[in-house]
Amino acid sequence: MKLTKTLMASTALTVAAGAVVAEDMAMEMTLVSWGGAYQASQHKAYVEPYLAANPGVTVTWDESSGEAVAKLRAMDEAGNVTWDLVDVVASDSMRLCDEGLAEELAHDDVLASAPDGTSASDDFGDLIVSDCFVPQIVYSTTFGYRTDLVGDTAPTEICAIFDLEAYPGKRALQKRPIDNMEWALYCDGVEKDAIYDTLGTPEGVDRALAKLDTIKDQVVWWTAGAETPQLLADGEVVMGSTFNGRLFSAIAEQNQPIGMLWDMQSFDLDGWIVPANLPADRKARVMDFLKFATDTQRLADQAKYISYGPARASSAPLVGKHEELGIDMAPHMPTDPANAGNVHVYDYEWWADNRDDLDAKFQAWLAK
Amino acid sequence: MSGLPPYATTPQRVWYYSFRVICALIFIFLITPIIIVMPLSFNAQDFFTFTPEMLRLDPEGYSLKHYRDMLGSDGNPVTGLWIGLAIGVAWAAFGAYRRGGLTATSIIPVLVFGLFGLIIGKLTGATGDWMVALRNSLKIAPMATLLSVSFGTLAAIGLSQSHVPFRRAIMAIMISPMIVPLIISAAGMYFFYSRIGLQGTYFGVVLAHAALGIPFVIITVTATLVGFDRSLTRAAANMGADPVTTFFRVQMPLILPGVISGGLFAFITSFDEVVVVIFVGSAKQQTLPWQMFTGLREQISPTILAVATILVAISIALLTTVEILRRRSEKLRGMSPS
Repeated sequence: MKLTKTLMASTALTVAAGAVVAEDMAMEMTLVSWGGAYQASQHKAYVEPYLAANPGVTVTWDESSGEAVAKLRAMDEAGNVTWDLVDVVASDSMRLCDEGLAEELAHDDVLASAPDGTSASDDFGDLIVSDCFVPQIVYSTTFGYRTDLVGDTAPTEICAIFDLEAYPGKRALQKRPIDNMEWALYCDGVEKDAIYDTLGTPEGVDRALAKLDTIKDQVVWWTAGAETPQLLADGEVVMGSTFNGRLFSAIAEQNQPIGMLWDMQSFDLDGWIVPANLPADRKARVMDFLKFATDTQRLADQAKYISYGPARASSAPLVGKHEELGIDMAPHMPTDPANAGNVHVYDYEWWADNRDDLDAKFQAWLAK
Repeated sequence: MSGLPPYATTPQRVWYYSFRVICALIFIFLITPIIIVMPLSFNAQDFFTFTPEMLRLDPEGYSLKHYRDMLGSDGNPVTGLWIGLAIGVAWAAFGAYRRGGLTATSIIPVLVFGLFGLIIGKLTGATGDWMVALRNSLKIAPMATLLSVSFGTLAAIGLSQSHVPFRRAIMAIMISPMIVPLIISAAGMYFFYSRIGLQGTYFGVVLAHAALGIPFVIITVTATLVGFDRSLTRAAANMGADPVTTFFRVQMPLILPGVISGGLFAFITSFDEVVVVIFVGSAKQQTLPWQMFTGLREQISPTILAVATILVAISIALLTTVEILRRRSEKLRGMSPS
């Protein structure tokens, strides 16, 4: 009798304790990312150690970052936000923040400080481009070329893409005005500092499109990052732009005859946002995960699996070797001094103001 | 050499050969995209490319790694296989006991149950993307089919009664999911299911797929009911059978071919469906077509080709089985195979 009572009491206690934990922090999370090698690197560097430290938590990945803005709008409208943490590019984070779909964060309060005590906001520095955005990586959109199809002189500077005489053959470019317009103006002789001023005038836009016109019939337009490596591997194109991590994987992991052209690479950021107005238990869980996943060591660990630069200054010295290949990762980072000699710094704010207008002009030009 | 009569004129001869060439071209057009996928799925590289090694038929150029990727290394295939074999042996033994002896066909249930055990065991506890997606598809499609067949058959029988008011209007509403563009139904379902808490749940996806499958069942069952003689139900009632008995003993066996083909359509609709599940489901209900869709968009990996090859093999096996069964039943009924 006594035994039964004790048992019942302890069961009741366990249940109550369980209920308290459940109220504090949800045990499930849905993380949204881009799929492929990038998502795999996040899983290995952040999620696996977090799950090991927090048994009972389950994580579901949704490969929907490509349409994150549209889906979050629909979820908000339907009053049913099922995502807990969303990986987006910097410009999407600004749109989501402006529309009130992403939670504004006090970075120093919710994120871990660097090991030497530097506050999170100083450690991330300028990369915190919006109050809702927690940067993870710096990546670049840059060119790869087929080493066996470019003849004796491999291209070393960006304007090779417009040089059909020296490098005949198809080129792969992303189907959007961003980067392509800037590269066109730069190769048409506009000073780097004056690119956005020139692009701000109707004549500048025409000038960029006229430059692109010179190679238009030799361009294959891509929309997904996996396309250019595939086209290069097939030999369908001589050179093509894509995200540097995709090229690294084709070169180092797949041993394709591809070379990197880092000149005028276009830097961009990728990071997390937390959807606005999550229920308290889910928010508590996701903030706990976010603090862990963006600390100095975790960001440095991610670079073991993919060649994207960690967004924290304090992570850079910790970047080591590739987990499987054992090669040094630092020389493959877009931020490495040898690669970052001539960099195109893409202007978020300018594009936020002019995107719709230029998208329309670019699409009209494409259809011509 | 040819079936041309000696008196055929030149235009007839030209037409005779060009007709065959056109047929061959159409055949090639239909079959090449399916065939080309198969050798590529054994590619040793991670690209959709015929490498020089592959073209030289060098074994180095080929590998099974994409199949290994797809299968993953976890799950309990061996346990499943043993349980399946045990059930199969018990089944065969029971059959042998009833028939009074083992026959060559006793091996069939052992093989079938063994195979099912193997697959179910493999899918239980597997964590790879593709195995989880396959498990989700196999959890959703049969339930959706069951609901479609039950409701669709009942609706068809009801709507074929002449005294039901507004038959045409009701019929039009019931088959509208088949006519309205899928993306419209999907968006509507998304907002409606979100309000009532069904969005992102297993049950929600099953219901949505059932709604898509019902029109197929209604149409096929209605078609078989046209040839159904109503006096049979009256005769059954006359002999004291209640409506439920009449349905299961008289009507059901006669309309069964329509029910089965409607069920097959409903199953394939759910198994192939990608638009509605993206809206109504959440990442936890990611089905096989959804996984293929995101896989193709985000990472062009030949694992998709391995999956495609296996799906083609399964389709061929299913069609062959159905054809063998059909011929067998025709033979049993004393009909000559047509």
